[in-house]
Order: sequence, then C-alpha cells, then structure tokens
Amino acid sequence: MFLTDEEKRILDGSEGPGKQKAMEMLYALGLTFDAEKLIPVKRAHVALSGQEGDTYWCELLVSGGATCAITPTTNPYWDTCYLTKFYEVTKEELDLANRTGDAYRKIGAKLTYHCAPGLSTGVPFFGEHIAYSESSATPYVNGALGARSNRESSISALAAAVIGKTPYYGFHIDENRHGHLLIEVEADVKDCYDWGILGHVVGELAGYHNPVLRFKHKVNPGPEDYLYFGAEAATSGAVAMYHMVGVTPEAPTIEAAFGGGKVPATAAVITDKDLKEREAKLTPATGDINLVMLGCPHYTYDQILEIDRLFAGRKVSHNTAFWILAEAGAVELAERSHLRQKLELLGVRMVGDTCIDEPCWKSFEGHLGLTDSPKCAYYRERRGQPFAIRRLSECVEAAIKGRID
Amino acid sequence: MSQDVKTYKCRKIVKGCAEGEAVVSRDAMCFYLTDPETGEVIERNHAIHGKSIANKILVLKSGKGSSVVQVDGFYQLWMKHNLPAAIILVETEPVIVSAAVMVECTMVDRMEADPYEVIEDGDHVEVDAERGEVRVRKKAA
Repeated sequence: MFLTDEEKRILDGSEGPGKQKAMEMLYALGLTFDAEKLIPVKRAHVALSGQEGDTYWCELLVSGGATCAITPTTNPYWDTCYLTKFYEVTKEELDLANRTGDAYRKIGAKLTYHCAPGLSTGVPFFGEHIAYSESSATPYVNGALGARSNRESSISALAAAVIGKTPYYGFHIDENRHGHLLIEVEADVKDCYDWGILGHVVGELAGYHNPVLRFKHKVNPGPEDYLYFGAEAATSGAVAMYHMVGVTPEAPTIEAAFGGGKVPATAAVITDKDLKEREAKLTPATGDINLVMLGCPHYTYDQILEIDRLFAGRKVSHNTAFWILAEAGAVELAERSHLRQKLELLGVRMVGDTCIDEPCWKSFEGHLGLTDSPKCAYYRERRGQPFAIRRLSECVEAAIKGRID
Repeated sequence: MSQDVKTYKCRKIVKGCAEGEAVVSRDAMCFYLTDPETGEVIERNHAIHGKSIANKILVLKSGKGSSVVQVDGFYQLWMKHNLPAAIILVETEPVIVSAAVMVECTMVDRMEADPYEVIEDGDHVEVDAERGEVRVRKKAA
C-alpha cells in the first residue's frame, strides 16, 4: 500500500499519538482489503453511540492530541437535559453520556446527533468519496444517492475524519458497486413501512452482496422509503449497496446495474404474499402496550405531520407513552409551526438527538412496546423490551386504545 | 509431539502470537451478544451459543451487526480480559477488523487450508501473525 511521506510521518507518530492511532486504523484496513492508497474525503459520519467502546476510542484520540481534519457528523445518543425530566437513569449512565458529548466536542465533530445524514445533515454528491458509518446510512448514500462509502465502523469513520482520508477499496471502486443478484419485485410497495419489510426480505437474500431490484409495478420512492429499505436490509443482512432498475442513479438499465456484464438469472421473486409472511413472522405480539416508539431511523418532519393527520385530534391512552424520535431540525420545525404543542396536548411527545437503544428508555422494559420499525424491535428486545411491529396507522390506533390486537 | 503439529500459512491482520484451545463458529458473530464477565456467547440460535470464547483461538465465519455495537462488544470483553486469544477469520469484513485493531486482538485470515476442515473444537492451536502461520495440534482422540 502506497503512503505519501506525510502519511508515513503520521504513522510513525511524528504528529502525535492521536493521529498515529487514527492512521494505524486506516493503514490496517487498507492492508487488509488490499487498498492501493488513501484517498481524500470531505465528509464522514460517525455512528457515535454513547457506548463505552466507541467513547473510549474518541477519548483515546483526543488524549493523544488529535482533532478532526474534516468535521464529521454524528449519530445520536440521548438528549440528557430533556429526557432526565421524564425518566431516571443511573449516575454511571449519565456520566457516560456526558463523557461522550465532551469527547466528541473536543475532537471537533459536528454534533448533529442524527442517524440519517444522507437525508439532511450530510448529503453527499453523486460519485463523492465519503466515509460513513451507521448501517442504515451506508446503503442510503451508496444506493439512493450514488455516493461512495464503505461499511465503516464508528471508529474507522472517526479515524477518517481525523486524517481526512480513507483507504481506497471496496465501494470506492466501480466494479465493486455492480449488482450481484437479481431480485424481481412483484409486490406492491406503498409506504415506507412496506419498503422496510421489503428491505428485510432482501437483506436476508443478499447478505453482503449487492442486490438489484426490478419492479413489476412502477415505483417512485421518497427519502423515507429508501431509508427504511436500507435500514432493514442492513439489519437482516449486511447490504451496503443496492440498485433499483430505472430508479436509482447507477441503474438506468438492468445491464448498467450489473456493470455492463451479463445479467444473471433471477435469484428470487418477491410477491405480496412474501411481504405478508415476513410481516406475520416479525409481528406476532399482541396485548396491552406501555410505549409506542417511532423514529428508528429518525423521523422526518413529513412523518410527524402524518402522525398529526392520523390522530385527527384523538388522544393517546393514559397508560401508554408515545414518543417520536426525530432529527433535531424536524423537532425545531414542529415547534415553530406549533405542531409540537398541538401533538403534546394529545399525549404525543417528540425529542431530537436521541436513539431508541439508550438507557433512558429502561423504565419501559419488561412490558410490550409497539413500533413501525423492525430494526427498533431488534435492538430493544436485547435490552429487555419485546416489541410488536405495525404500520404507522395501526400504531396510532393502538396508542389510542392502549393495546394492540 | 512436534510431528503431530501441522503448520498452515495465513495472513496477518492484527499482530501478535497466541495459543490456546480452538472454538469453531460456522456463524458470523456480533460480539455485543457475548457476556463480558465470562466470554460466553448469548445470542439465541447461534452456532456456538453457550460456549465461551474467552482466551480461546476463535475460528470465525465473519462479523455482523451494526457499525458500532461490534466495537463495544470487543471493548467490554477486552476490559474483562475475556477476548479470544486470537481470531482466525474465514470471511473478512471492515467492521470486525477495525474493532480488533482498536483492542489489538490478534487476527489472521486467508489460511491456506479451509479452517473448518482442519480445526475442530478442542484442538490446540497456535497463531503466529508475525510469521503468518497457524499451527494445529489435534486433540487426543
């Protein structure tokens, strides 16, 4: 692997141990994946989590004198000021959250605390080389936008931000972006929930490979649709790049999706029945619910508007909490337009900067929750809260009744 | 004894030398789903559910899971001194590599023989990343 003299100096430690650690990370990845060199990036996204491992790495670089050469955007942990008004956490949990914020402030990150940078806080150009972690963000920027990112970990993305470079391998290179398997979609996908279920089926079929989807019915996906699709394909599988023929930017034709080479035989056909079956498999739970949790990935302003429309002035049941986790800018817009105040009167709360997988939600554990996101259910279950999964309209009706049937 | 030891070439990913008892996983792993106190795999339906990877030589299909929890999984095991002594990877992917780099967990891949063919649970395995060698002594029959 070729390193410039300057890169070699950083690796030798001449520019301090923090930058040296970051360079060691990039160099190790470059060697492992046979990268020929490092290339400059102007955008990185760090899947900060407020977990000890990730905070340790940021503190290690900071204590070694490193700051970011390019300002990375970050994932959420939780809004410690707002949520501690409602829910108790231990001193250790609050200390770790505060340490996380401090470390990322010191290293010079842009504290966007938003897990879908490709929608608003860090939108790359077509063809732009970037270093994005967050398993739902990577397929979005590669597949929907045509930018070029590997499936970075939070720590390799932070290393890329410190150095301003990333190793040139994987999805940065044309031939690795081509499709591997053809999936015919006969199912009718109407809203982002359907796109999520489709993604869940596709992820299991594709694993690490790049799926190419050809649709029987014309589709016109919006930002939330792409987001849900990629989030679930990266939960049931590890999809980081996909094509939709005639829809996504690198797939004007089916031949183009496969890199101009031979189009393989159809690997799978996905019908309405398949989506129904997947939904049934994911969502069997019923009963009283103590929480409706939406926003994994973060909700957009349009989705908050849709919630208002579906409630139509009705109120959340007294024994159920209703939380929307959204991008801070969407919460701010809701505040300005008085949508937030209106929804709060119905028992619907919203918070920015916050992830579902955080200790602030532990008072709900042990009882059934409800969400529109299989990814949310997957991660919450590990923390001891089972979740039912339904489309948004059903989540709203269940919240009003306090139970899901 | 030495004639019982077979040596295979491999490639270094993270430096180090280690030896120990082999644990073989045909499934990919998310290290977040291990118990840091014991090194036991707690993911339901996993190929090595209930087995400990602490200080073992772990033959592993690949990594899986989100881009940050894998890192925390490695970190927590590291803090409790319950990381595998070394990992022999079958399919290499970036997230698990970066997590191993952070905690300096010895890691190799590209073994010249299929590790699933030549290593079984309980074999005594030495991983020498510097020399690019894996040495296997089969357990007593």
